[in-house]
Amino acid sequence: MEKVITVKNLVKKFGSFVANDHLNFDVYQGEIFGFLGANGAGKTTAMKILCGLSSPTSGEVKVGGFDIYTETEKVKRNIGYMSQKFSLYEDLTVAENIRFFSGIYGISPAERRQKQDKLLKDLGLERSKDALIGSLPLGWKQKLAFSVAIFHDPKIVFLDEPTGGVDPITRRKFWDLIYEAADRGITVFVTTHYMDEAEYCNRVSIMNTGKIEALDTPENLKKQYGAKNMDEVFLKIARNVE
Amino acid sequence: MIIIFGLPIVQLLLFGKVINNDLQNSKIAILDQSHDNTTREITTKLLSSGYFVLEEELRPGTDMEGVFRKGKVKMVIDFEQNFEQNLERLGKAHVQLLADASDPNTARILTNYASGIINDYVNKEKLQNLTLPHQINTEVRMLYNEGLKSVYMFVPGIMAMILMLISAMMTSISISREKEMGTMEVLLASPLKPIQIVLGKVTPYLLLSFINAVTIILIGTLIFGVPIKGSIAFLVAESFLFILMALSLGILISTIAPNQMVAMFVSVLALMLPTILLSGFMFPIENMPMPLQILSNIMPPRWFIVIIKNIMLKGTGMLYVWKETLILIVMTFVFIGLSVKNFKIRLE
Repeated sequence: MEKVITVKNLVKKFGSFVANDHLNFDVYQGEIFGFLGANGAGKTTAMKILCGLSSPTSGEVKVGGFDIYTETEKVKRNIGYMSQKFSLYEDLTVAENIRFFSGIYGISPAERRQKQDKLLKDLGLERSKDALIGSLPLGWKQKLAFSVAIFHDPKIVFLDEPTGGVDPITRRKFWDLIYEAADRGITVFVTTHYMDEAEYCNRVSIMNTGKIEALDTPENLKKQYGAKNMDEVFLKIARNVE
Repeated sequence: MIIIFGLPIVQLLLFGKVINNDLQNSKIAILDQSHDNTTREITTKLLSSGYFVLEEELRPGTDMEGVFRKGKVKMVIDFEQNFEQNLERLGKAHVQLLADASDPNTARILTNYASGIINDYVNKEKLQNLTLPHQINTEVRMLYNEGLKSVYMFVPGIMAMILMLISAMMTSISISREKEMGTMEVLLASPLKPIQIVLGKVTPYLLLSFINAVTIILIGTLIFGVPIKGSIAFLVAESFLFILMALSLGILISTIAPNQMVAMFVSVLALMLPTILLSGFMFPIENMPMPLQILSNIMPPRWFIVIIKNIMLKGTGMLYVWKETLILIVMTFVFIGLSVKNFKIRLE
């Protein structure tokens, strides 16, 4: 399988604080890669580096086949990003947001209209086309933000805690969207601290204090740590380190 | 905490020191066409009052406009020929007070002080020696603003204030809002270059401010009759420069402020109050205590107001305001430089 993200010896320091301590991992095309860790473990830092929002202190990083140092532009063309703070413009309507982001990624108006119709239909938001984002419920906003993040068919989409603050059913529906995207060949790189979500991933890595402590499929991790579910795996790893 | 307790103290001191309509050490020039004892005594009286400082002595035939255009001299005192003789023989002598009324308050105060001192001198010193009834006619002329209309002063001031408000405050708030809402991250993760994002944020405010500037000038001239003696193109160009400066200041604030609240607070505190108090818009800078005078030097509106007054009221060209213009240009570059530096630090 094709590697879409390769990370070798990634180090990121803020002054004397080491946020990412020699990270090594690969992500393959079409997989759902869970990036887990407690708050402050360095997940968001690593993700920002992969998205070109921040530059690493040292190490080799390739995203979508492009070097993060020298080909940042090309990296950015090939990724989608949905931030922790949900990331559409609240004071624009659904259609306006889609038009705005289409413009940024250079999608032609004809293509946009066609895709927009499909997107709204799939989400069941046809009637809310001209509603302000701010007036929609959070679960809808998140689904829409995700759909907009993959609107330009990126190779990889980065999701930074995409389902914060919504109920399990809404989260489950959100994950249906993620599976659909993965079926279309889009690689999904997702951070979360909901352990039930970790079970949905093809592979997960668990970070603790800047290091990757474990990286495998959820099944293997559960076997390895003799745990019933990912929650236990997570706790065992956190305790071992302490 | 510093803000809650420090602010009232700073404001009180600032207001107390700044709002001070007494003038001290105003620069004047004297044109003494008579050079006799009386004029010399009056001159000494004026200069020892503490209100005036002699900037230069003029010769007959000097171009008065030229003296005022340089902007240093606030008032010229012009004694007529044979001043003493006229006073003693005819009981009447003339002295003319010319004041730079582009700042009407200062002009009014200065001429009042001067004529007061002159009349006082006649009544006290001369009455004893002379038996004839006599008087000194002080003729007051207000240059650039014959009617002492305060609107002449307010138009440039309001213009500086509005442009500062729209450009700097709105820019800083709108950029920090993107940061707060998380949309900035999404934009940065997109193929857009940072410079494109910033230009995109700034262009609307550039246009808005420009429309505002033009509106203020139009209202000033059409409704309040403020003249534009200088070149309109030059006035527009200088306004444009000032807007650019304010926009870059706004960007700088947004790189420092983590959210809209702080951006708003910094803008109001760092821009609005100083613009009103320290720019010389309402209160003459010469009156302020030294530290505040020094502080007023880093207030961009101070320089802009000088430029606008010069162009609109005095009709001067680049020759007389190149220094102020240069200061604004340098400020613009400093603000842009600092923003870029801050921006890079944030990205790391």
